Amino acid sequence: MLEYQLTTHSYDDTEKLGEQLSQLLKIGDVVVLNGDLGVGKTTLTRGLARGLGIKRNVKSPTFTLIREYKDGRVPLYHMDAYRLESSPDEDLGFDEYFNGDGITIVEWPQFIKDEIPEEHISINIKRLSDTERQVVIKLHGEKFTDRGFGELV
Amino acid sequence: MEKDTLILSFESSCDETSVAVIKNGKEILSNIIATQIKSHQRFGGVVPEVASRHHVEEVTKCINLALDEAKVGYEDLNAVAVTYGPGLVGSLLIGIMAAKTVAFAHDLPLIKVNHLAGHIYSANFVTELQYPFMALLVSGGHTELVLVTAPGEFHTLGDTRDDAVGEAYDKIGRVLGINYPAGKKVDQMAAIGKDTFDFPRAMVQEDNLDFSFSGLKSAFINTVHHADQIHEELNKDDLAASFQGAVLDILSNKTFRALKEHPVKQLIVGGGVSANQGLRKRLADEIAKRHLDMELVFPPLRLCGDNAAMIGAMAQIQYDKNDFADLDLNADPSLDFDME
Repeated sequence: MLEYQLTTHSYDDTEKLGEQLSQLLKIGDVVVLNGDLGVGKTTLTRGLARGLGIKRNVKSPTFTLIREYKDGRVPLYHMDAYRLESSPDEDLGFDEYFNGDGITIVEWPQFIKDEIPEEHISINIKRLSDTERQVVIKLHGEKFTDRGFGELV
Repeated sequence: MEKDTLILSFESSCDETSVAVIKNGKEILSNIIATQIKSHQRFGGVVPEVASRHHVEEVTKCINLALDEAKVGYEDLNAVAVTYGPGLVGSLLIGIMAAKTVAFAHDLPLIKVNHLAGHIYSANFVTELQYPFMALLVSGGHTELVLVTAPGEFHTLGDTRDDAVGEAYDKIGRVLGINYPAGKKVDQMAAIGKDTFDFPRAMVQEDNLDFSFSGLKSAFINTVHHADQIHEELNKDDLAASFQGAVLDILSNKTFRALKEHPVKQLIVGGGVSANQGLRKRLADEIAKRHLDMELVFPPLRLCGDNAAMIGAMAQIQYDKNDFADLDLNADPSLDFDME
């Protein structure tokens, strides 16, 4: 498993990282985002959406569990399992998205961990200060190896 | 005398399964709501797949209960209405399938209703709507200012750029150790505490009608985090009051800015957060302070959550316009007013 670590220094920086990530992702990829409330998971996703050419504003998917963005060059599925904490592992059909026609981002993946495919990218965001974030990117699966994730660091 | 219209309506966009019978869009003959939480409790905890099966199991029971309570049969109905978005695709589809089945089997017209429109028209049960009117929709999933210029004519003036206001309550509630849903408790604590932390009022200076609550959430978390690091005990009531103070400033600022641009005779406040006592008082105070000749309407609390009655109220308007859906109707999980 390949692992990369970097630091972002601002909100804009985190968004920019998302934008760069979008260039390395392909249809069918699943990216899980770990980190505390307010650490920047949705911010990273917003940058990613922009990188995919999505014009619609990326809003928090917490309430709806899934938001779909189909106006970019690749469909983006933004999931959030936060509300499933009290009822983990319910079959809500997430796997249909994982094997679908777009890129899927999952926030709070720990609450649907049995459904996450083995081949995925995990990104852990940790707060260093009010503005600085440590970002650790782990590639679970050989299909990601030659995509050039090392250039992000 | 004109003949009455009876609409059987379905709502299953999220956690609740609900079926109602509504007369002329104004009168609730029945409004059955089955929540997932109850079903989990009944089974003594979470049963795998209960959530996804829940709507299927409940919907036929709800139909029978709704018809029984309204004391009507299928032959008395004029139309069938259903929420087709926004919401969870799996949940929406079950309501849609049930509605289509009833419509097909009993040869009734089908009406597709936008969930958000339903929330706005829940006010139809408590007042005579006067067009144009303004609606502030505040819930766990939505924060929107909508100008309604004529029956069923919606214009979104402002929307949240990030988190919905109810979601912000739940998330800072978690930081304060309050269980989901946290809104009511935070509201109560805010009534006791003082606004001492001076959290940012995002976007109130900006010349638009959009909302943002993500920055407020981060500021709140940072404040608690710093205090934890130096083992300082912060007054939780003051934290709640400071958070709510910022929320109310933001909501009130944008709402009255919208009302200045579009003067109306009614302000409807819908969605779960409309139960917030601080919000109710603030909006009433602002109207008085500004000497506005405007009715402030809060739908009753039982109609603030998701329910099928509100869907029936909106459906009546579409019925009157002969705005019917085909039987190949599909769910639209990301539906909003601008996309119709």
